[in-house]
Amino acid sequence: MSLFNVFNIAGSAMSAHSQRLNVVASNLANADSVTSSNGQPYKAKQVVFEAIPINGQQANGVKVQQVIEDNRPPQLVYKPEHPYADENGYVAMPNVNVTEEMVNMIAASRAYQNNVETMNTTKSMLMKTLSIGQS
Amino acid sequence: MIGKLDQALGFHETALRIRTQRHELIAANIANADTPNFKAKDIDFAAALRQALASNGNPAQAALQQTAPAHMAAQPQPDTLHVGHPGGVQYRSMMQGSVDGNTVDMDVERNQFADNAVRYEASLVLLNGQLKKLMSAIQGQ
Repeated sequence: MSLFNVFNIAGSAMSAHSQRLNVVASNLANADSVTSSNGQPYKAKQVVFEAIPINGQQANGVKVQQVIEDNRPPQLVYKPEHPYADENGYVAMPNVNVTEEMVNMIAASRAYQNNVETMNTTKSMLMKTLSIGQS
Repeated sequence: MIGKLDQALGFHETALRIRTQRHELIAANIANADTPNFKAKDIDFAAALRQALASNGNPAQAALQQTAPAHMAAQPQPDTLHVGHPGGVQYRSMMQGSVDGNTVDMDVERNQFADNAVRYEASLVLLNGQLKKLMSAIQGQ
């Protein structure tokens, strides 16, 4: 256990949250993508976090365990002129909930900032520790 | 001579070591603020310090008391505080639970983190003072 471990812990959390931010960006960018490489409308993605031990110690870092696809049904929008409309004139739009994604984005960005703050505090503590005995 | 120096600086050294461990635990709590089923952990600083001082810097002695010759000695694990021991790592009792089973309360953690950092620096200042005192005793000015 040492202060250097804190950098690993906060660093793991920062990369996990930036991955979460990546997923949010992908969801928001594809909020209107009617089709994708498999011919289906884009499905919203979410990350699942997992606590992992850092150097076998009590303190845990974070890892993105997996990226899951949201299984909610696509939103049906009535657009009979659209090339992807079904026989009733409905187009299956992605199941991205823009409001949820915006909230998710703010949460991820705040969590990232918290960890940056942790790192900064730890760094200043380490610098002061290095100057023990120098007056 | 070295023993005397150790005595003079040992208290703050122990205090700093436990502050570091607590710092790390709280940093882990902050890092895992959004991890499902993560339980926030902390140590009781006063109990941990008392235990570390009683064991003379050897945590194995404090962890297990041998009352008969047949008792086995504890495995020495100098750098780890164990869950459940007095002065060891304990789970924080939660104020308001969240749906995903996470018990990290960001306000409490930020508060404790800042508190711990300030007290760490206070220990450093005291340690520096002690060193300065020893230096002036040596130089005799």
